[in-house]
Amino acid sequence: MVNLARMLSATRGRGRLDWTDWASYGYLLVGLVLMFGPVLWLVLSSFKSAAALNEFPPQLLPYGQATVTLPGKSEPLPLYRVKLPDGSTRAMVELRRIGIEATMIDPSQPTEEVKVNIRDREKVREFHLALENYTEIFGKFDFMRFLWNSVFITIVATLFTLIFNAMAAFALSKYRFGGEKWVFLIIISTLMIPPTIILVPNFLVVSELGMLNSPWGVIWPAVATPTGVFLLRQYMLTIPDELLDAARMDHASEWKIFWRIILPLSAPALAVLAIFSVMWRWNDFLWPLIVLSRTENFTLQLALNAFQGELTTQWHYLLAMTVLTLLPVTLVFAFLQRYITTGIASAGIK
Amino acid sequence: MRALQRALGVPRIGWVFVMPNLVVLGLFTFLPIVIDFYYAFTGGAELYPSQRPFTGLDNLQTLFDCDRYLDASSCRIDLFWRSVFNTAWFALLQVGLMVLAALVTALVLNRKIIGRGFFRGVFFYPVLLSPVVVALIWKWILQREGLLNALLQGAGVTGTVWLNDAGWAFFWSVLVSIWAHMGFYTLILLAGLQAIPADLYEAAQMDHASPWRRFYRITLPLLMPNLLVVVVLALIRAVQIFDEIFVLTGGGPGSATLFIVQFIYQTAFSESIRLYGLAAAASLVLAASLLVLTLAQLGISRQGLGRKTGRSDG
Repeated sequence: MVNLARMLSATRGRGRLDWTDWASYGYLLVGLVLMFGPVLWLVLSSFKSAAALNEFPPQLLPYGQATVTLPGKSEPLPLYRVKLPDGSTRAMVELRRIGIEATMIDPSQPTEEVKVNIRDREKVREFHLALENYTEIFGKFDFMRFLWNSVFITIVATLFTLIFNAMAAFALSKYRFGGEKWVFLIIISTLMIPPTIILVPNFLVVSELGMLNSPWGVIWPAVATPTGVFLLRQYMLTIPDELLDAARMDHASEWKIFWRIILPLSAPALAVLAIFSVMWRWNDFLWPLIVLSRTENFTLQLALNAFQGELTTQWHYLLAMTVLTLLPVTLVFAFLQRYITTGIASAGIK
Repeated sequence: MRALQRALGVPRIGWVFVMPNLVVLGLFTFLPIVIDFYYAFTGGAELYPSQRPFTGLDNLQTLFDCDRYLDASSCRIDLFWRSVFNTAWFALLQVGLMVLAALVTALVLNRKIIGRGFFRGVFFYPVLLSPVVVALIWKWILQREGLLNALLQGAGVTGTVWLNDAGWAFFWSVLVSIWAHMGFYTLILLAGLQAIPADLYEAAQMDHASPWRRFYRITLPLLMPNLLVVVVLALIRAVQIFDEIFVLTGGGPGSATLFIVQFIYQTAFSESIRLYGLAAAASLVLAASLLVLTLAQLGISRQGLGRKTGRSDG
């Protein structure tokens, strides 16, 4: 404790913590609870059984009512601690209940049924992770299909984004083809046309191209991004032109120069763009909502949205699906946080 | 590729490299913006342009047909005006509160703090969550038997069904979107704070300037360009709010949390009679307001700042 205090106070380099330090740490702790708390609550809740989710007030941890399966019964029966008229308490399971009277049985003496007033009993609780929430969504819903749709769109769109934008950035940083300034301006000017204002005409274009209800209708409009071109061009400008000239002396074609020299050297910038592209496509909602109207084409986000209308009585499945949907992004964040934060701080992309 | 190179020569092969990008942008950005105008000036419920009768300014006139402009219920398309007012209020509240919170957080994170990287990540993490996930997390907390009502009950206060009440639904829309986006702006402001030279503060300390004075005379003026960019950027995004609120409240109760983009989406894609012209006209109104904001942003960015974009999807 003393060591901890010394460590804390050492940070300001002079003596003790003053009130501003305490206020700062207080603020950060409140922030920690507010920012992580809701996500943590979601994850904890997703491991509760349907019965535990219906309890109010809710328990913090996934405690459920203990159950016992009696020989000859298919369903597990809920376990209670019953106070009997003679003053003793016994653990008993409920066979059935009518009004306030429950018919109960002691698992060790399965022949002797006892009628109990429900006020004389309380539930036996035990820690129980309801993993069935997770396993059952794979069977009950077309979860694998939605997952596959999301993965397919994310990966293909990201690959195309990288190649298309790297090609444009290469041309705009390494060639004077007469018009490179205008082309750059045209590409950057599309920042002023966010997708939300061209929903209707884009729907026409995509449907004319026969890409309604197809992943390609989501992929193609997304692959040329001004942000990506800008980010990659800025990076490629720092690659010395002498490298290209040397390759040309060795009779390398321009495509080979792009593929073998420029792309590998741009790997850090490509990595940043790849991470962002994965996030954008994985989290996309409005455009897929318009293009993909058949359930079998839904991405995970669309499936979650559709189920939240239908499944509000089945929160245990909905919560498990939500956790699985945020898992990939969380993993990316946990391992690549540095790339993401520097990408934002330097280029302001999101 | 080699044949092309022989035919075009080395500098002009640049066209070949930019072409895929230009074609995609042409098809899915520039062509649509032109068709947008065509839709706005034609009527009917047909998608195909050749089947749509020219109606001139009818769509825009219908949208703007109001007895009193400040009273949405006096307008022919009252939902449009409700969505406009909702969006304006939302943008003001959300951006004001969020930038304030982001500034305070950035100032705290800029101090010498143990675990700074960890806390920066904590505030940033919700930014990466999908809007649908964000909405479901909060829907689960705000439901009748949710965590919030349980905590309130523990404190002796009776909760309510938050999203069934117009005022509370709007309140939570603002709060949830602040929760989801604040970390992004915190990062930008933190980068701005870290770019302020430390010797300025050292000089101020030598002159015995109080901490408040240091904040008002050094931090705030030097951070001002970043703050302006952040405000404009946040406004551009707030005006286009859709995803998380659509999943959280569906625009309700009634039209309490109906915003412009949802109005466009409903008019064009989820009503039985799809009024594409009206939706396109509303899109143009949205585009005009975004244009003003984007030009303001470019004006600010020119003053020696890195480029930040108002798009959150690429």
